[in-house]
Amino acid sequence: MEYRTVLTTCTYCGCGCGFYLEVLDGRVVGTIPCKTNPVSEGKLCVKGWNVHEFIHSPKRLTQPLLRKDGALTPVSWDEALDFTAKRMREIKEANGSDSVAFLASAKVTNEENYLIQKFARAAVGTNNVDHCARL
Amino acid sequence: MTNSIVELENADCILVIGSNTTSSHPLVATRIFRAKARGAKIVVADPRFVQLANKADLYMRHKLGTDVALINGMMNVILSNGWHKQDFVDERTEGFEEFRKVVEQYTPERVSEITGVSAEDIRTAADWYANAKAGSIVYCMGITQHTTGVDNVKTLANLSMLTGHIGRESTGVNPLRGQNNVQGACDMGGLPNVYPGYQPVNVAANKEKFEKAWNAKLSDKVGLTIPGVLEGLSAGSVKAVVIVGENPMVSDPDVHHVEKALKNAELLVVQDIFLTPTAELAHVVLPGASFAEKDGTFSNTERRVQRVRKAVEPVGDAREDWKIFQDLSTRFGYKMEYGSPAEIMAEISSVTPSYGGISFERLEGDGLLWPCPSAEHPGTKFLHQGKFSRGRGLFHAIEYKPPAEQIDAEYPFWLSTGRIHVHYHTGTMTRNSPTLHKEMPEGFLEVNPVDARALGVKSGDAVRVASRRGEVVIKVDITARVTQGTVFMPFHFVETCANLLTNPANDPIAKIPEYKVCAVQLEKAL
Ligand code: SF4
Repeated sequence: MEYRTVLTTCTYCGCGCGFYLEVLDGRVVGTIPCKTNPVSEGKLCVKGWNVHEFIHSPKRLTQPLLRKDGALTPVSWDEALDFTAKRMREIKEANGSDSVAFLASAKVTNEENYLIQKFARAAVGTNNVDHCARL
Repeated sequence: MTNSIVELENADCILVIGSNTTSSHPLVATRIFRAKARGAKIVVADPRFVQLANKADLYMRHKLGTDVALINGMMNVILSNGWHKQDFVDERTEGFEEFRKVVEQYTPERVSEITGVSAEDIRTAADWYANAKAGSIVYCMGITQHTTGVDNVKTLANLSMLTGHIGRESTGVNPLRGQNNVQGACDMGGLPNVYPGYQPVNVAANKEKFEKAWNAKLSDKVGLTIPGVLEGLSAGSVKAVVIVGENPMVSDPDVHHVEKALKNAELLVVQDIFLTPTAELAHVVLPGASFAEKDGTFSNTERRVQRVRKAVEPVGDAREDWKIFQDLSTRFGYKMEYGSPAEIMAEISSVTPSYGGISFERLEGDGLLWPCPSAEHPGTKFLHQGKFSRGRGLFHAIEYKPPAEQIDAEYPFWLSTGRIHVHYHTGTMTRNSPTLHKEMPEGFLEVNPVDARALGVKSGDAVRVASRRGEVVIKVDITARVTQGTVFMPFHFVETCANLLTNPANDPIAKIPEYKVCAVQLEKAL
């Protein structure tokens, strides 16, 4: 049995509470509040206490899916990404950069948001980038 | 937030408006409770009797969408009693005279008629806030999700400047952001008009700077917001959409319209961790990683940048989102080869002045509050000390405007929407957490006891709620939390999707839809 705790930041609201995820044999099994986090000082709300529960949900997406004959069908990463890149190029070439739009995310990390908008702006050439800031 | 979360504890008066803090930001509520224990006055203004109202020294139940009138009324009282800080106004602001002319018309008596709050309560709130040593304003989506969202925010800024409650410890105008990393998504340029660090795309010097940094030709045309993208899809000018970790099929107003628009896309790519209703419409679905499966940073509502650390490998074949983008970008023809999120952060800090001093090494410990312009800079607890970012603070003369949709004989009830304590956003994560799901397995509609009697419904009965856009059948929860003539529904539940009903009319500047007010009719469902 391998047991570890990993200090991280809550994904459920803008308070940004800190806690340790308890990891047992490669699975997240619990949450322990972090006393030294300046925001939460060892407290968490009901969402934070249970934040580990969705991670290994059987409903998680585990494979890329591509619509084939109307149905979403599991495919390899190569197939999914090649298809996406190729279709985006075709659409950009036929209709211009501004025919492509991106919704970035208030749920993914800063680094990921940075890459999404960089991809939109530098690779595709459009400023059509927005996210659900308004929610 | 202009000020940090801990500072709330030392405020002498906190005005909480349009924020169900104990549900949506529980750990901010903790600080408000501590302030109260220290003797601070807590003023809560909300059309719905939120839990925090129980603890308030003064609760003002203003009518939906009358925030500008209410705050103008408080400022009218402050001016006529000379409670404003004239030296602050003279030294640090402009536009005061024009502003004063508008506010002078909002006498407490007139405001009382508009808002339903007594003139006396308006006077008391004005007195406590203006005459506190440190007065703080906390607000959330109850302020922003209106066709007058920007007016509402500017009016709160007026209040803080008028009383000098800004740019000092424990004061400020403090928005609580809805989702965990909204602050970060904005900071990183996830917006159609700005590069990372709020550098406008239509300023030539910025464009040049980023063209050099990214070695690419960039567009100086401001891009589309989400409502614009949906319009573009319907009109055929937008053909491909990539959606990352968002679920507009549940979260956006007038879901029928959203669905039609998304179905028009020639290419819809959705990257998420669950097969959301939005993903079900996609041509390509890319499985991303949850926050426990990757390294990176989040920026919380007080601008604190903190580490997210990888605890486990992504499930199945799922991948860290940053790896997906860079692979896609490279295949598209623009090479990206980052070795780690730390490397991406190094690039962010090189092009984003407010993140200039932020690196993964420095984030061990308490994190850093931006602006943090250099490697030696300790970060910034509160903003606008001594000077506003634009130089002088600008007063805006703002008149009250009623909500876009009004009740009438056919749609006689006001509907407002919001969050509840155990769920997050469209529920994709919380509703897949057994403990949280059990707490609140389905949606409900709050109905005032008087209205319930007139409708002939008991708690747990089903009603049909219809707006001009759609209808939902949902169980009622009879409660005086809502006033007569007003109903409330949480938006987390796809089966009873509040956003089938909501009005997509949005603020002319910020494009925020009016989630908080629309007109509906109710009838008992059989
Ligand atoms: S533990 Fe609760 S209050 Fe803290 S960040 Fe998570 S959801 Fe927000």
